[in-house]
Amino acid sequence: MSDSTHDLPPGSGLPIAPRGDRPLLTELDPRTKKRYAAERRFKALGLTAVCIGVLCLVVLVSSVLRQGLPAFTQTFIDVPVYLDPATLDPDGNRDPEQMKSVLTFGYQPLIAAGLERALDDRGLGEQVTADEVAGLISRGAAAQMRDYVLANPEKLGETIDFNFVANGRVDGYLKGRVTMESAALDSQISPEQLQLVDKLRDAGLIEKKFNWAFITGPDASGNRPEAAGMGVAIIGSAYMMLVVLVLALPIGVAASIYLEEFAPQNRFTDIIEVNISNLAAVPSIVFGILGLAIFINWAGLPQSAPIVGGLVLTLMTLPTIIISTRASLKSVPPSIRDGALGLGASKMQAVFHHVLPLAAPGILTGTIIGLAQALGETAPLMLIGMVAFVRDFPDAPPAGLFEPASALPVQVYNWTQRSDPAFVERASGAIIVLLIFLVLMNTVAIILRRRFERRW
Amino acid sequence: MNEMTMIDRDVTTGTLKISARKAQVYYGETHAIKDVDIDIEDKMVTAFIGPSGCGKSTFLRCLNRMNDTIDICRVEGQIQLDGQDIYDPKVDPVQLRARVGMVFQKPNPFPKSIFDNVAYGPRIHGLARNRADLDEIVEKSLRRAALWDEVKDRLQAPGTGLSGGQQQRLCIARAVATAPEVLLMDEPCSALDPIATAQVEELIDELRSNFSVVIVTHSMQQAARVSQRTAFFHLGNLVEFGETGDIFTNPSDPRTESYITGRIG
Ligand SMILES: Nc1ncnc2c1ncn2[C@@H]1O[C@H](COP(=O)(O)OP(=O)(O)O)[C@@H](O)[C@H]1O
Ligand SMILES: [Mg+2]
Repeated sequence: MSDSTHDLPPGSGLPIAPRGDRPLLTELDPRTKKRYAAERRFKALGLTAVCIGVLCLVVLVSSVLRQGLPAFTQTFIDVPVYLDPATLDPDGNRDPEQMKSVLTFGYQPLIAAGLERALDDRGLGEQVTADEVAGLISRGAAAQMRDYVLANPEKLGETIDFNFVANGRVDGYLKGRVTMESAALDSQISPEQLQLVDKLRDAGLIEKKFNWAFITGPDASGNRPEAAGMGVAIIGSAYMMLVVLVLALPIGVAASIYLEEFAPQNRFTDIIEVNISNLAAVPSIVFGILGLAIFINWAGLPQSAPIVGGLVLTLMTLPTIIISTRASLKSVPPSIRDGALGLGASKMQAVFHHVLPLAAPGILTGTIIGLAQALGETAPLMLIGMVAFVRDFPDAPPAGLFEPASALPVQVYNWTQRSDPAFVERASGAIIVLLIFLVLMNTVAIILRRRFERRW
Repeated sequence: MNEMTMIDRDVTTGTLKISARKAQVYYGETHAIKDVDIDIEDKMVTAFIGPSGCGKSTFLRCLNRMNDTIDICRVEGQIQLDGQDIYDPKVDPVQLRARVGMVFQKPNPFPKSIFDNVAYGPRIHGLARNRADLDEIVEKSLRRAALWDEVKDRLQAPGTGLSGGQQQRLCIARAVATAPEVLLMDEPCSALDPIATAQVEELIDELRSNFSVVIVTHSMQQAARVSQRTAFFHLGNLVEFGETGDIFTNPSDPRTESYITGRIG
């Protein structure tokens, strides 16, 4: 039916006005064609830009994941160790205080003997020396065993199955990082040892497990990559975020409310305004120097402490929070303020009852973005001594805020500086954890914003 | 007084509510209101008319010191409410605004529930002793604003979800709930359709029994319909002020005449 209608005059039967030399509606004139061509070119350009961006992101994330995911598993070796009372408790009275006189050095041979015996039982251990066997296990194993014995002195004389972390090279071999060729050139591991690892694997004595110690444990020295964890760094970063949140949010919001709602418009507030924008652009390392001068040298706060890191990051985050808070206060329609003032609300009531709730989603988003920036900040922390090697967990706040700690991004930097290639994997693993925290924070920001906005 | 100028209108001389003498308003260098003298009576609707930009809103906002919120705005001269100078430094503008309420051109309900919108004023001024009191004030105000029947089943629904006309009546209810003595309205119907406008106009006429109402309007028909007194502003001057009937039928100033006949606008 639509075929026939376009010939008919619509409705009234009046004649159709002559078209003259105007083109048919169904024909594109050259100008329209040109406009469409320009539009298509622009779309293609935009699409290319988006594709390049996505590609870079995919390459970045996949390379980090590929390098970092292995850090979350770790090789462990099962070793039944005979706790020889003659070596571990020479006095024979099972008193942990006296047993402390036996250092980890005394435990080492027992581990080697235990592993040797386990190999012998399976007929595998003919051509290897005790040293070679001991080299398969992390240097931390003896300390782990000593701790166990001192805590359970009654177990002396028994054979206990320990699950020791394997040496970083063994771990690397199972993850494909170390090969027979590289082992031939490596003073820390030999091809014979790797062959032994193959046999152990076939015998089921060696296995890869999820490595909680990587996330919760403290850092380890450069020759024990297998034991290095980022627990202290995560705690340090969490403490600093706490300090930033507690300080920057109220100060930032109060400053913004004052500047936006109460301050008179004059030269002085103009200068403040310009300088806040400038502060947001100041390189972060400058804040580190400021923090070093003020908080450590002048105020005498301890180095490497999360409180100092938190204060420095607070200074850095404040402009971000102030700028975004002011933007969201500005976006609240003035008619709302007028409405409240017209009813006899004071300025403060108008702001707190009506303006602030409407601005809250924007303020929250700005705060979380500021926190996320602070979480990834490295340079200023290095200046205030947070690069130090910290093995001990800080206490719970508030006391823990003044004890040395590390920070996630600094830990990443630290690990990339170490010579053992096993730390590359560790650094990438820490980056993954950092990225997960950032994604979580942004998700929280989005959820909070949605929740607030959905009220009406 | 037995003059012939009285049309079939309920115009009786009441008591003086607001009076301005030699009122001047400056926005920075701009002299927006010049030498305005006016007497606004109680329980009476006074309309401000005049071409756009002549200073109607500016003068209206002087009456409850809403101009204080504009940094560059300066008011001189004398404006009295019940014989007290409202620009006396000792006068608290917040307290003044509780007595001189305002309804704005664009409906601006708070993004809260209908109930909370109306209850806001009574709450901050402590007008209700308990919840039952508050419920009563809210109902009474919504009834006054001729909105009760439409919203009584959804008092917890957001005020911003109402239609434009309903929103404006909600704003009127909100202003009425603080029990002001004077109600200032700045073009309250300019964003409304004719039916909503008619409802609001009817409402204004009813409000007159309790308040003194000052309404700015750009519609002369509206001024003629709702007001007993009309003030014509032109370029910041108060050109003519008198009984509405007089102004429209028998203007004494040629500028007023050209405006109401549509020659300046
Ligand atoms: N906030 C302001 N800042 C500067 N000038 C203003 C401001 N508000 C109004 N004016 C000026 O004052 C004059 C009167 O404005 P207004 O009272 O809004 O007029 P009306 O309401 O009669 O249309 C206009 O010239 C306008 O430009
Ligand atoms: Mg106006």
